[in-house]
Amino acid sequence: MARYLIIESRCSFAVDQADFCRDLARRLAADNRVTLFLVQNGVMPARAGAHGPGFADLARIGVEILADDFSLRERGISSDRLQPGVTPSTLEFVIDRLADGAKAFWH
Amino acid sequence: MAERKTLTFALMDAPYESARTTTALRLIDIAARRGYAVNVFAYEGAVMLPFSRQQPHPNAVHGRNVEEENHLLTKDIVAALMKAAERNGGKLDWVNCSLCVDERGAGEAIEGVRRGSPADFWRLAEASDNTLVIGTR
Repeated sequence: MARYLIIESRCSFAVDQADFCRDLARRLAADNRVTLFLVQNGVMPARAGAHGPGFADLARIGVEILADDFSLRERGISSDRLQPGVTPSTLEFVIDRLADGAKAFWH
Repeated sequence: MAERKTLTFALMDAPYESARTTTALRLIDIAARRGYAVNVFAYEGAVMLPFSRQQPHPNAVHGRNVEEENHLLTKDIVAALMKAAERNGGKLDWVNCSLCVDERGAGEAIEGVRRGSPADFWRLAEASDNTLVIGTR
């Protein structure tokens, strides 16, 4: 089982095709360990009340969804008011996964 | 003692334009503080990150002189990252794409930056535990 790290830096409300990372995560999750790491404007859909990002569904099929705490704080998003399935994290996690050899992809 | 890893990053954004640069430098900082061997292949506008002729400036709009403005320069960040890596037993090998440097007139880089080609990026990636490409699109 391969380990994938998908880094999403774009807000799906602002950029066309920014939700393809979620689709990719969904497809990979069937046979792999997948982490979707949200950073920069990628954290915007993670705030509680945002419409339709589907993070809870992704988490249900085993995708780990993390949001960079620095990016959250920059945007005034409280780490205790996130979508179900999203957990605050740090860039240390990204370096950990890179060091572990995860297949990493930046969008 | 933790195993010393080798990570390679490819950067493409010019300084002062994108949050991607901030994130990339934060990632490199973490790896440098761990004493990892860190390779950076700077491509396109990213070759300006360690450009040595960057200068701080005053901010007339806010009425600040140079000292008060305390402008953050990416060349100083790159130098600090190199020192942090060395201090922690690692190394930051910063390679500027020579084609990108020449077309931008960016040959004057801070000490420790070397010129290379996309072939060097391939060699660095081959010798690394992992590689992250942070593209502009």
